[in-house]
Amino acid sequence: MAHVNAALIGSGNIGTDLMCKALRSDCIQPVWMVGIDPASDGLAKARERGLKTTADGLDGLLPHLSKEGVRIAFDATSASVHQENARKLLAHGVVVIDLTPAAIGPYCVPPVNLSAHMGTHEMNVNMVSCGGQATIPIVAAVSRVQPVAYAEIVATVASRSAGPGTRKNIDEFTRTTANGIEKVGGALRGKAIIILNPAEPPLIMRDTIHCLTAGEPDREAIAASVREMILEVQKYVPGYTLKNGPVFDGRRVSVYLEVAGRGDYLPRYAGNLDIMTAAALRTGEMIAREIASGRFDPQPSTASASESLQ
Amino acid sequence: MNLRGRKVTLHDMCLRDGMHPKRHQISIGQMIAVAKGLDAAGVPLIEVTHGDGLGGASVNYGFPAHSDEEYLQAVIPQLDRAKVSALLLPGIGTVEHLRMAHACGIGTIRVATHCTEADVSEQHIALARKLELDTVGFLMMAHMIEPMQLVKQAKLMESYGANCIYCTDSAGYMLPDDVTARIGAFRDALKPETEIGFHGHHNLAMGIVNSLAAIEAGATRIDGSAAGLGAGAGNTPLEVFNAVCHRMEIETGVDVFKLMDVAEDLVVPMMDEPIRIDRDALILGYAGVYSSFLLFAKRASAKYGVPSSDILVEMGRMKTIGGQEDMIEDVALNLARERKAK
Repeated sequence: MAHVNAALIGSGNIGTDLMCKALRSDCIQPVWMVGIDPASDGLAKARERGLKTTADGLDGLLPHLSKEGVRIAFDATSASVHQENARKLLAHGVVVIDLTPAAIGPYCVPPVNLSAHMGTHEMNVNMVSCGGQATIPIVAAVSRVQPVAYAEIVATVASRSAGPGTRKNIDEFTRTTANGIEKVGGALRGKAIIILNPAEPPLIMRDTIHCLTAGEPDREAIAASVREMILEVQKYVPGYTLKNGPVFDGRRVSVYLEVAGRGDYLPRYAGNLDIMTAAALRTGEMIAREIASGRFDPQPSTASASESLQ
Repeated sequence: MNLRGRKVTLHDMCLRDGMHPKRHQISIGQMIAVAKGLDAAGVPLIEVTHGDGLGGASVNYGFPAHSDEEYLQAVIPQLDRAKVSALLLPGIGTVEHLRMAHACGIGTIRVATHCTEADVSEQHIALARKLELDTVGFLMMAHMIEPMQLVKQAKLMESYGANCIYCTDSAGYMLPDDVTARIGAFRDALKPETEIGFHGHHNLAMGIVNSLAAIEAGATRIDGSAAGLGAGAGNTPLEVFNAVCHRMEIETGVDVFKLMDVAEDLVVPMMDEPIRIDRDALILGYAGVYSSFLLFAKRASAKYGVPSSDILVEMGRMKTIGGQEDMIEDVALNLARERKAK
């Protein structure tokens, strides 16, 4: 299949890890990386791998979008920067996969709802958060068996894997993840907790999911559903591993996971990076196939990103 | 040690850190009675929040008897002189919780991070200053890094707008020299107008002597808890510390006898278990493990039939930090499986 050209906005941990994965894609060709720091390691890595780069932010890329045939952009900046980026890219008819917790567009957690996004031709799709990508599939695995009144997740990541964007926007992480637990996970109420642990050597990402089911949990059905979902996630994140559970305690169902990465940009401990970028790429590939086949032809729009999505 | 004439602000923790041993079940009536007693004794600052701070209500840390908002709204109007503070851990609570607590009338917000992660507190500290709150940066598990590393984190919080920085001995691990080194380094490096505080836990019975070391090195705010009600073996027992301060002519403005009455007559009867240095609490202090893990480890021990001391030692070996209560059941399950395999 012909490759669809894509740009990576943001040259931090996430943008750079995503580039490594996108270069292996059979339908997406990363051609540009945008940063704001000329000395950033991500931009240097991008140039080494043959991408064009700019350190002037998104404005440094805009004049080149159409002649480079960029149809898809992955935004790995921060929630606050994304608002403006989304507007500019929409005006150029570029589909945006948003890896910040800005959440302008509808959420995509591939093993749960990628197929529901197919054919909708949204111009902005949001990837929730790393913790959301790691935990929402499990919430959905429980809620597809029976109603979940409340779901809560604890995502613990190595300090080294949390860049300045994540740190400045930690509230956006908890808010967006909680929202995703409800909207995509199917829990009536969601709560998210994030912990940055500085241990050396760095710990592999850990995720704990607590669901409170509305009625008595159907243990067998839930255990089977969780096992099935883990296999689904392992298709694109091989290091997604059940450590303990499901534990049943009254109406509480708890699942303990470890998420090891593939070690593309940061080492294997940074499973949080891996699950986010792998999910974003999977989403981007679905959109790229739609574009390559002619079913989807994104057009420029002057409407604000949020209006166009109503 | 001559500390005569030093002025120190005492900050009571029994209605926040004390929520841990109470499994967050302190009643509104108890909150009001204790807070009024502390106020009448002259304690100037009283913390009222879920044990894990604003927004701590959760499966992971425990659901409280009442919401933070209900507690704050009940307590604040009852006080004549004392101000109320709230705790906020970014990653658990958000700026929305901070706005709610501000609307309830708190005077002080304490934004708490693990000692190496101060940069997650920028949003919260900046907003608190904008709201003109007394804004404290609270560096937890401060024993885990060297004084000069801790200073770097303190300076970050100061740069975001904190007017007071705490060295927090969450594990009750520090010895007096550790406190002297950290508080002294803060005093040398921070702006002269930035206050410095110390929060102790009594797991090695060092709460009082560590607090004195902190004052000697330049701290002007000291946390303690009436009757010690707090996580692990509790906080520095405030009525004892206040009595020591009076003997040493450190000025606290708090009545020695009234405060001991609050501790004895109001707080001790509330306790589900005596607050003492039992074996598990001693392990917390000896191995440098987060004090709030204590009850979770005891419960997991009862459920899975593995010693709570083994769970706590493993939590220490894994270098877990505050907030990782979820790992306790995980560790207990692993230990139970290993035992079975043997």
